[in-house]
Amino acid sequence: MFKKILIANRGEIACRIASTCKKMGIKTVGIYSDADRKSKHLKFMNEAYNIGPAESSKSYLNIEKIIKVAKLAKVDAVHPGYGFLSENSEFCLALNKSKIKFIGPSVEAIKSMGDKIISKKIAKKAGVNIIPGTKGAIKDLKGAIEASNKIGFPVMIKASAGGGGKGMRVAYNLEELKSGFQSAKNEAKNSFGDDRVFVEKFIEGPRHIEIQILADNFGNVIYLGERECSVQRRHQKVIEECPSPLVDEEMRKKMGEQAMRLAKAVNYSSAGTVEFVASNDKSFYFLEMNTRLQVEHPVTEMVTGIDIVENMINIAANKSLKITQNDIKLNGWSLEARVYAEDPIRNFAPSIGRVKTFIPPKTDNEVVRLDSGVEEGGEISMYYDPMIAKLITHGNDRKEACSKLSEALDSFVIKGLNTNISFVNSVITNDKFRSGNITTAFLDQEYPKGYDGSSKDTERKYLIALAAMSIEAIENRRNNLENNASLYNKLITVINTDIYEFEYKILSARESSEHKLSIKFENKIFNIIVNWHYGSSILNILFNGHNYIMQILRELSGYNIKHAGFDLSVIVQTEPELSLSKLIPVKENLNSSKILISPMPGRVVKVCVAEGQEIAQGDDLIILDAMKMENILKAEKDTKVQKIKVKEEDTVFVDQELIEFE
Amino acid sequence: MKNIAEELKNKKNKAKLAGGLKRLESQHAKGKLSARERIEVFADKNTFIEYDMFVEHRSSDFGMEKNKIPGDGVVTGTCKVNGRPVMIYSQDFTVYGGSLSEAHAEKICKILDQAMKIGCPVIGLNDSGGARIQEGVASLGGYAEVFQRNVLASGFIPQISLIMGPCAGGAVYSPAITDFIFMVEDSSYMFVTGPDVVKTVTHESVSAEELGGAGSHTKKSGVADLAFSDDLTLLKQARRMIDFLPLSNEDKPPKRFTNDPIDRKSYNLDTLIPSNANNPYDIKELVFTLVDEEDFFEIQPNFAQNIVIGFARIAGSTVGIIANQPMVLAGCLDIDSSCKGARFVRFCDSFNIPLVTLVDVPGFLPGTVQEYGGIIKHGAKLLYAFAEATVPKVTLITRKAYGGAYDVMASKHLRGDVNFAWPTAEIAVMGAKGAVEIIFRGSNEKEIEKQTDQYQEKFSNPFVAASRGYLDDIITPSNTRYRIASALELLKTKKLTNPKKKHGNIPL
Repeated sequence: MFKKILIANRGEIACRIASTCKKMGIKTVGIYSDADRKSKHLKFMNEAYNIGPAESSKSYLNIEKIIKVAKLAKVDAVHPGYGFLSENSEFCLALNKSKIKFIGPSVEAIKSMGDKIISKKIAKKAGVNIIPGTKGAIKDLKGAIEASNKIGFPVMIKASAGGGGKGMRVAYNLEELKSGFQSAKNEAKNSFGDDRVFVEKFIEGPRHIEIQILADNFGNVIYLGERECSVQRRHQKVIEECPSPLVDEEMRKKMGEQAMRLAKAVNYSSAGTVEFVASNDKSFYFLEMNTRLQVEHPVTEMVTGIDIVENMINIAANKSLKITQNDIKLNGWSLEARVYAEDPIRNFAPSIGRVKTFIPPKTDNEVVRLDSGVEEGGEISMYYDPMIAKLITHGNDRKEACSKLSEALDSFVIKGLNTNISFVNSVITNDKFRSGNITTAFLDQEYPKGYDGSSKDTERKYLIALAAMSIEAIENRRNNLENNASLYNKLITVINTDIYEFEYKILSARESSEHKLSIKFENKIFNIIVNWHYGSSILNILFNGHNYIMQILRELSGYNIKHAGFDLSVIVQTEPELSLSKLIPVKENLNSSKILISPMPGRVVKVCVAEGQEIAQGDDLIILDAMKMENILKAEKDTKVQKIKVKEEDTVFVDQELIEFE
Repeated sequence: MKNIAEELKNKKNKAKLAGGLKRLESQHAKGKLSARERIEVFADKNTFIEYDMFVEHRSSDFGMEKNKIPGDGVVTGTCKVNGRPVMIYSQDFTVYGGSLSEAHAEKICKILDQAMKIGCPVIGLNDSGGARIQEGVASLGGYAEVFQRNVLASGFIPQISLIMGPCAGGAVYSPAITDFIFMVEDSSYMFVTGPDVVKTVTHESVSAEELGGAGSHTKKSGVADLAFSDDLTLLKQARRMIDFLPLSNEDKPPKRFTNDPIDRKSYNLDTLIPSNANNPYDIKELVFTLVDEEDFFEIQPNFAQNIVIGFARIAGSTVGIIANQPMVLAGCLDIDSSCKGARFVRFCDSFNIPLVTLVDVPGFLPGTVQEYGGIIKHGAKLLYAFAEATVPKVTLITRKAYGGAYDVMASKHLRGDVNFAWPTAEIAVMGAKGAVEIIFRGSNEKEIEKQTDQYQEKFSNPFVAASRGYLDDIITPSNTRYRIASALELLKTKKLTNPKKKHGNIPL
């Protein structure tokens, strides 16, 4: 067995791999860039070495340096994690040369599966379903009709030189094919100067389903069920689950066996994932094979009880698999939410900076598991993936796993930067998601205008109103040195245009953290218990026999409350405040229209306008570089630039004023 | 008898009707509440007791004798804020544009006199077109009577001015003397001379908003402390601030029940100081983590941002926080930040509020703008304020404490009671490179570099200062709250008085 392993990665995956190593009694060696000197993953390692500047090309992707450290630290093997060098055959070769074991498949397997064309060829040969289509370009309409009849409608006509949706047409019948063929050809010609097109099967309501496999050096291959990762934003997975709501025993077996055949065809050894696109009719087709540990592997671990990393290490140490296909039982349901540092309300703008507060949900690794690479005082830097943590839950069925995940998200407090926690919670509580009828277009269809912090659940909204009112009442009572507890007082919660008028009486003592309130609402009287420490970010409200967890933050005239996918600013008012606020006209927000503020931290790449310049709505104003993405800030209305407050190459903070308009 | 009751009712109704429905509607259209509506929102429910509702002006010129409205343009009285008494006056723009007559001024003076007798804060809601011109010099005299009382009350009871409409000319000096000024965005302004006069005299064309709006005074002039989007938010936040304050200089700061443990560890602080000494960090993260429940009431957040000041609570009791902000001008002290800090320190000292000073200061801002502007005298204000303060003073040096600025920032030498440093602290005359370049003037680059390293090693740590007793202890960042809270607890019984004198002569 290995005595010492280098983990050529950072963040949560480095921590996760190190935990298994520790369990197996293997010493760990960590690496870190200059930006990661104080990172959490180093605390999991027996030794750690600096491998250079923050840019990953100079550190985590620097093969030479990593090999040097591996030799210096005298490690037996290297685990690459995911990303970085995990699917880099050069790295694998270099390690082989240095007689250090690479914990992953062979160079050949990485190479062949890393090539889209070769992998498809191998898959086809191994009897794996490939999306039916013409091999090359089609000459004319006749050829297209022939091909389509053979493939079966619906079909998609695609430009050979294509990309970005140009020269693409879907045809459900002969008529549509006839018109679509010509227009696709024309569009291809206009867009790419190349009018060649081909035809392939169009997958309706495509779902992303993948099979986890394990293979050893002795020809043993098993599959650990599937994972569904259809909820994606810009090809980035957001929610993953095991099993898939679509897959039944028969389909699972079919998919699993095809995946095994592909693994055998390339003499695969280690953990790997075969990705398929599946349709609601349970047909499925090969997409690609990932020759590494996947981000979403924990859901499989939760359901199968198998430690995938442990198996990878054993396989690399030339041990044979101890488990057989018959041992694999899918027990219950598991879901994973990826928590990212981003601002869903501001169109998912990246949010980098210090994690000032990090209060994780209660974890036990059986029902709730948290894989995180950040801790309180840690930093999400612009150099690496902005994932903060993976929150994984397990339930007896999907419904239970969902509600556990939603609750865990509600009690996950991160301050200092924005996160997608409320957004993923809104996905988890979404009715369509709950029905299991999801496709890769789910987010586009359910959030056509993006996420605005609201949700449809009116009962939860009422609970939020009740909670905000209760906190205001509890706070008022604490601050007030005189307290007439025998009377009902009135407070009103306003959420946008909804008005909730409550009467309340606090029954518990000021010093108690278990606040009992008697509430009158719409002629009903009932009691609630609010468990809340003064000033705490989290409250529990016991209402109608159920316990609800919410996150609360004081604002100037009310509270921000996050709960079950809501992220709302609510106002709590007294009666006079409410009636008087109605007398005053609503102020138009002068500030925002006169000033361009930076929606995210970043670097100014380009200032596209000059002082005194007339601009029209939609004009580019400033290009900001954040998280290696260029973000164009556009004019919201026709106006004139008065003052430009930044220059190119300036680093800007979120909410910094960039341009003043007239 | 019946007649008197009837008349009383009529008069009350007339007073409440104030300038009439039409004027009231026009007030609302401007986004402003009326004088009485503001009090209704501000006061605890059913606690407002009105004074002088029947006062009328005594002017008989320009037909004024026929035009009398009971109350004369200002509503005065007393009410409670979270159960504690305050005296309040609220100018009524619907009555003669809220203009100040002799009688109007007398009402305000009565409130101030009463507050001095009881020892409770005065809250003034300003919404006035200025002097009652029909009354001429009587009105001017009225202003001065108010100023005189504001001055005598200064440091005795907290005085807060809420500017909720126009406040121009002589009227500005009463708020200017009071302790805090809040303004409403877009519907309030303060200036000595309005845009019309400015235009006539200097040909400068400027809008009222630009000249004296909430934005100008909270960002550029520093005259106002805080700006809020509307009347309701401002009144709510004014209540919140009053909760931090004692009722008078003879009262102790209020204590509030809290669940926040004083020994709460804050591990985020262990990584707050960046590895590179030239990189900035946000001192407010320390402030929010240090205080109870992340509840910090910042004063002047948009002015002289290189120093952060405000009220918070530690173990339930009010403290004043003064902190250098490395995010702005590297935390240097300059004219504006010195004045901002000095005035706040003196407020806290007047009202028995302990001072917690967080230091990361590379020095005073150099340059002609600063020197010509009188940084010497302005910087001395902050020094003076810290030095004369007799309230408990707890100081923490997080990183840089260089030169004269080290002395100024509540150092041991200025009677700091408990002075802490983090292990990252560097207490020195100046940065290592600058120091070596002076000591080894004329040496070659290599020598300078070598000596810089040595200087760095010797002085870029808190040990030299600690070995002289300038620091009482070097503490772990995550343990900061506990150490500061314990120090404040210990200092509760601190007794220190300055030599008896009429008053000192702060370098104004």
